[in-house]
Order: sequence, then structure tokens, then C-alpha cells
Amino acid sequence: MFEISPAEWTAILLSLRVATIATLVATPFGIALAWLLARRDFWGKSVLDALVHLPLVLPPVVTGYLLLLTFGRRGPVGGFLADTFGIVFSFRWTGAALACGVMAFPLLVRPMRLSIEAIDRRLEQAAETLGAAPWKVFFTVTLPLALPGVLAGMVLGFAKAIGEFGATITFVSNIPGETQTISSAIYSLIQTPDGDAAAGRLVIVSIVLALGALISAEWFARRATARLHGN
Amino acid sequence: MLRVDVEKKLGEFSLQASFTSEGRVIGLFGASGAGKTSLVNMIAGLLRPDRGTIAIDGEIVDDIAAGIHVPSWRRRIGYVFQDARLFPHLNVAQNLDYGRRMNGLAPDPAQHRRVIDLLDIGALLDRRPGKLSGGERQRVALGRALLSRPRLLLLDEPLGALDEGRKLEILPYLVRLRDEANVPMVYVSHDAAELRQLATQIVMLKQGRVTSLGGVKVLA
Repeated sequence: MFEISPAEWTAILLSLRVATIATLVATPFGIALAWLLARRDFWGKSVLDALVHLPLVLPPVVTGYLLLLTFGRRGPVGGFLADTFGIVFSFRWTGAALACGVMAFPLLVRPMRLSIEAIDRRLEQAAETLGAAPWKVFFTVTLPLALPGVLAGMVLGFAKAIGEFGATITFVSNIPGETQTISSAIYSLIQTPDGDAAAGRLVIVSIVLALGALISAEWFARRATARLHGN
Repeated sequence: MLRVDVEKKLGEFSLQASFTSEGRVIGLFGASGAGKTSLVNMIAGLLRPDRGTIAIDGEIVDDIAAGIHVPSWRRRIGYVFQDARLFPHLNVAQNLDYGRRMNGLAPDPAQHRRVIDLLDIGALLDRRPGKLSGGERQRVALGRALLSRPRLLLLDEPLGALDEGRKLEILPYLVRLRDEANVPMVYVSHDAAELRQLATQIVMLKQGRVTSLGGVKVLA
């Protein structure tokens, strides 16, 4: 009964690839932004903060459509990237990764920001008096202490990316083997007459992946607390 | 040698201090709120004066009129805080080695050994800061500051967070440090007895002003 067909495997593996790439690419940006929001005061900070959270509250179809307008073949950014670097997003798995990355970004940034905010800044001062330049302080004190939060953010972002549907299907459509992720595969299956069993299997896979992500995020958060108490 | 002549306003509080010292241990004495920590933070480069100059070992590290403010990490100072501030993600050995690594200094095993023996922390090297007692933590913090090979050691109430018994446990180490480590120190305290034992010169602060300057007898 629980035998996953090759077509379903294709969707699962594509989802994993899309979510992995989205998470890995988003992480450095997420860390930089988390640090900026946690540590700096600047003009327009609340606007930037709102902008980061926008994909969380905007209808996903709107985000997907905006991505299509911007990163599509004829979009200002998409056209430039395609002509200059040969990077194409529309109707490609890379576009799915972009959509998932954007949708996952708020969830990815949040734990990172919280864990940077929780770091005792006096430790960073101590590092400075010991001769560490600011960028060394960041890499030897701030980042290691924030690491559990960074990992938790990556896990949550990954989980969100793997389940993303609305923005992805709007931006890159639903092409088996190229842009058909688990979510869009389920969507197609429940619209075909005898797709129930296959849809059911993919639903179970989704639940397992999501639960696994939540449990590991929780575990990282607990590690963070232990780490900050020096055990 | 340390030369300080600074002014700083912090909200309602204003600090104005001027002194020069050749002493091995300058005791910065005053009640809490007298401005001791702010003054030490300025010497450390963590706080920028509003006006004035600071020179360590003849090098001007602050000269506000000339636009000079050497950042803390280039001052080659060691700072021991009241709350130790050991890095919780590093063990004792890594904490001790941190300053040397950050300054890109070559390892000096003899000096390393000397400091570890002086402070009796050889048995703690593998432990995490969370597993140390308050006194042990403070000794490791002393070692960490010394091993960055500073030209001036700043100690801000290093015994302040310890109970009476622990203070007596650490005090002999500080005396040995003064006599053997060969690094000039600024020692901040509100405890006259402590300073009588350690300091060679006293700067007395009261409500942000230097009220007396001289040998340990000004504490009487």
C-alpha cells in the first residue's frame, strides 16, 4: 500500500532539492539581516522589518505574481540576470527555489534575530578588549553563540520551503520533473479521479517532514539555552 | 605610564578626571556611582570621552580635539571585569588562548605555563565556564587578560561579585600578579582594605571628580 511511485519520488526529490538550495542561499542573507535588525538602529529599520515579514502576511499568489513580474524573463531583474549571467528563473526549478526562499525568509530570520538579541553584548566587549577586531568578534563570539538559533532558523525555513505552494505555482507553474514539488503534485493528484492513494502518500511524507523540522528546531532552541549558560 | 585628562557627560552625571601615574598599581577608589567604571571604560576604549586625552605608555589613544580614538581592540590592554565574562562556548584553555589568537601572536609556552601556575588554573583547562566557581572564573579571567600580553591591565572590582571567603582566596593571587607579572595595573575598588594591600598609588573619585591623588595613605 505504501509504495512510493517514481513520479512521486520525482516530486519528493525536487522538493528536497528546491528547499535545500533555497535554505542555503537564504541563510547568509538571513544572518546578515538578523544581525542588522538585532544590533543596529538606522533610518527605515521598521520599514525593512515590515518588508521582511511581508511574505508571511501577503497572499502567496500575490508574492508569486510579483516574483513573476520582477524575475520573469521580461521582468527588470529576471531579464538582466538571464542576459548577463544566463540565470533563468521562470518555469525552472531555480524559480521554485527563489519563490520558496522568499516565502521562507521571515521564518528563517526570526530565530536568528532572537538568538543574536539574546547574546550578552558584554561578551563582545570582552572580546574587543582582548584584541579582536569587530569582524573577528562576530565570527568568534556572536556567530558561535547564535549558532543554535541560526540552525533553528534554517530548519524552520527549510520546512516552510518544502511546503510552499501558492507563490511557487504562480511563479513557475506545475511542471512534473521541473517545478512540480510535493505540494503541487498533491494539488494535481486530488484533481485527478484516482489520485487519492498517491495524494495520501505525499500527504504523509509532508507531515513527516514538517514534524521532523519542528522537533529539530525545538531541539536546537534547547541547545541554545544550554550553550548560553556555559554547560 | 598612564596619563588621563578627560571629561564625559552621561545623562545627569558628569565625569571630569585628570591624573598621571607612574605607579605599578593605580588604585581607583570611590563609592559606587563615583564614575570609576566609566573612567576605566574610557581607558579601555569602550567609552569615548567628550573632551580630553588619554595616553598609555606614551602612545596617545584618545585625543578628541585631534580626532584620535584608538578602538579598544588596538589598545593592547587587558580588562578583567567584575563578572569575569568568560566565553561560554569555549573551554578554559580556549578562553585563555583567545587574546593571543586574536592578536596574531606566536604561542609562548613558557609564558603560558607561568600564568597558569601563577593563578593555579592548570586543573581547570578542559572545563566549561559554566562549571567553574566564582573564584575560579575570576582567576581564569585574569589569566585570559594576561595572556593577551597587554601593556596595561584594567581590573574593575574583580572581587566585587565574590563573598568574603572567596575574596581572601583570590587576593594572594593578585598580590603575586602585582609582584611577578610585570604589567602595570589600574585596580578599581570601593574597598579601602583591598587597595591598601594592592595599590601603590591612589586616585580617589567622588561624584565624578578626582578629590585626592597620592600614596596609599590618602585612604586613611
